[in-house]
Amino acid sequence: MYVAVKGGERAIDAAHAWLAEERRGDPAIPELTVAQIREQMALAVNRVMAEGSLYDPDLAALAIKQARGDLIEAVFLIRAYRTTLPRFGTSRPVDTAAMAVDRRVSATFKDLPGGQVLGPTFDYTHRLLDFALAAEGEAPPAPQAPARDEPVPHVTGLLDRDGLIEGQPADDTPAPDLTRQPLELPASRALRLQALARADEGFTLSLAYSTQRGYGRTHAFVGELRIGRVAVQVDLPELGFAVEIGEVELTECDTVNQFKGSRTEPPQFTRGYGLVMGQSERKAISMSLVDRALRWQELGEDFTGAPAQDEEFVLSHCDNIQSTGFLEHIKLPHYVDFQAELELVRRMRREAMQMQEAAE
Amino acid sequence: MSQPSPSETALRRDWISALAKAPPGRLAALLPDLPAHEMLRAPEIGTVMVQGRIGGTGAPFNLGEMTVTRCSVRLAEGAVGHACVQGRDKAHAARAALADALMQTAAAPRIEAQVLAPLRAEAAGARASRAARAAATRVEFFTMLRGEDA
Repeated sequence: MYVAVKGGERAIDAAHAWLAEERRGDPAIPELTVAQIREQMALAVNRVMAEGSLYDPDLAALAIKQARGDLIEAVFLIRAYRTTLPRFGTSRPVDTAAMAVDRRVSATFKDLPGGQVLGPTFDYTHRLLDFALAAEGEAPPAPQAPARDEPVPHVTGLLDRDGLIEGQPADDTPAPDLTRQPLELPASRALRLQALARADEGFTLSLAYSTQRGYGRTHAFVGELRIGRVAVQVDLPELGFAVEIGEVELTECDTVNQFKGSRTEPPQFTRGYGLVMGQSERKAISMSLVDRALRWQELGEDFTGAPAQDEEFVLSHCDNIQSTGFLEHIKLPHYVDFQAELELVRRMRREAMQMQEAAE
Repeated sequence: MSQPSPSETALRRDWISALAKAPPGRLAALLPDLPAHEMLRAPEIGTVMVQGRIGGTGAPFNLGEMTVTRCSVRLAEGAVGHACVQGRDKAHAARAALADALMQTAAAPRIEAQVLAPLRAEAAGARASRAARAAATRVEFFTMLRGEDA
């Protein structure tokens, strides 16, 4: 039960003023600009955009500054801002095969059209702290090589050609929207993917890891991981045709999983899919593992009681704003609730003692 | 109003896209003077829901929204321009709509040369520069001498 309590106003104002001062830190140290956060804390910005479910690097950088680097608080600010904006429309589905790739690797095929492109990755770094970064200095320019103007087709398409993997035929079933209709179970795969695309990275990672450790195992390989920019096309009613209105950076992961076959169908690999805003490969890989685990029923597998297979469990707990909202509300005044509990405990103790006395 | 031909539509789609993707500061520098106009729809900030496809090729799903700003203008001489640009820069949307309107007037060759050509060249340059860095990180496998070959 909530009850209006007065008297905290002055304390709240002072708390907010102190928060602003603490946010700024030592005034002798130069203040961070939003552009500095956008450019130099890009992966934090990407995470806030993905989980805030709003692609706008400047807004995400501002939210990080305001939240003092608390990324879930920043996601909260972005979600709140998003609700104030009108939605003008829906894009055409982005064509990830036409992505201008910064990075594209496959763990299943060494030689493939378009090649293995490492991109600006942390992989193969030694994870030793680089004290040179503590001193200010310019990074040396990255090497360049002549770009081959060749298509970079999806790896799974190569397997699909031979029927070795489940196909994903084009389909124009309208997508359900989690932000417009309340979540209903069972959810379609499209709805699950929307929820996972904005799900908390840590929660998604843990669930994905649990499938690797045996809780709903699906034997995943990264068929392909790609990061890069795709054009966003929107039909503008005032023009009567679709135009590219911008570009977004995305991370896409396609996993190749354990096969399935039946009397009528020869064995073939199955797939999991992850697509996340920004450069966020941990999240994209996690998403595709969880997507695959949730498909147990569709693929005729057994439900082993694993958390990652449990759609209700996953979808009800993956959103960090819902989670933190409910979790953190218990620190707010519950004086009346607690008063009632206190009253109850006192009465029960009184009754218990009376019974004990009567028995003696 | 006569129906535009497919090639006219393709040209207009192309310039609207170049204007939408332009860095706002660059567009302002290339098109500093704005012609007399009337706002049909003042710049308005909103979102577009971006969709992906399941498995990259299957049914669509909602990935998340992006911020956009749209605007429509009419020049004194009657041409109407529209814009829908990524981000929240109202001046960018207004300039892009004006440039779209100007491209439908006698000023088109001037706008093409002074505004669109540099924007297209810079966009191609930025894309090529990323592609060249990516190409340098492409793995060129070679096979080590194997036991049975020795």
